[in-house]
Amino acid sequence: MIDRSIVGREYPPFSVEVEKRWVRSFAEAIGETDPIYLDEQAARAAGYRSLAVPPTFPFAAIMERNQSFMILDELGIDKRRTMHGEQSFAWHGDLCAGDVLNGRQRIVDVYDKKNGALEFIVCEIACTNQLGEPVCDLRTTIVVRN
Amino acid sequence: MLRFEQVSVGDDLPPLVKPAISRLQLALYASAGADHNPIHVDDAAARFGGLPGVIAHGMLTMGFLGQLLTRWVPRRQVLSFSARFIGMAFPDDVITCSGKVVGKRVEAGCNLVDLAIAATNQKGETLQSGTATVTLP
Repeated sequence: MIDRSIVGREYPPFSVEVEKRWVRSFAEAIGETDPIYLDEQAARAAGYRSLAVPPTFPFAAIMERNQSFMILDELGIDKRRTMHGEQSFAWHGDLCAGDVLNGRQRIVDVYDKKNGALEFIVCEIACTNQLGEPVCDLRTTIVVRN
Repeated sequence: MLRFEQVSVGDDLPPLVKPAISRLQLALYASAGADHNPIHVDDAAARFGGLPGVIAHGMLTMGFLGQLLTRWVPRRQVLSFSARFIGMAFPDDVITCSGKVVGKRVEAGCNLVDLAIAATNQKGETLQSGTATVTLP
């Protein structure tokens, strides 16, 4: 069983740069063809500073900084026994190529179902940009299959 | 551009049918999505985890749901977006994303539209269900 005392734990702050090439490869990976994610001119014509990012991109950004896996590693949980169970995004402003996303992960809940056969770790990250402006809040539920 | 008064509770969003998920797509998503859990690219690792074989990243399917939203309204008008991952998607699955308007409200001068969204596979099984809120002029 996962030690419930990890609820409230905070991890070190992280920063990740949203590189243009990464935005394009992310868009391509999900089969997205909207030019605001691929073509700088189209993005600017739509009013963005640079390439916009798809709405689920911030999860890739936090994964790039190993946020979910660092919890599993710390708890000694084999990631092959885990799945992503739930995800939410609350957007507060644009995120574009060239921006820096800053955040700090916090564990907000741990619970189990089916007499402990499944355990759930819930974490939250409020992300800001390089100007300190709120950009996107993420809430992630990781499922551990025991 | 779609306007608030043009939308009614009960309206369906135009559904989005994605091309079948390929193993190449899972590899590309593992890289671009920075999710290197081997259960998405390595059958042996997936079986170790008790799965029949590799499964798609939940965030790949949720990425498809994002496309459902941003085909309906401009990207910037998506304010919040969440999904529960109920079922797994496998290579060769064809995912259909659908959405329905379930609420309209005005908050602090902002026109908000609440949506129920879902991703289903070719057998009609629901893989993800969720909610989203968009703003409309």
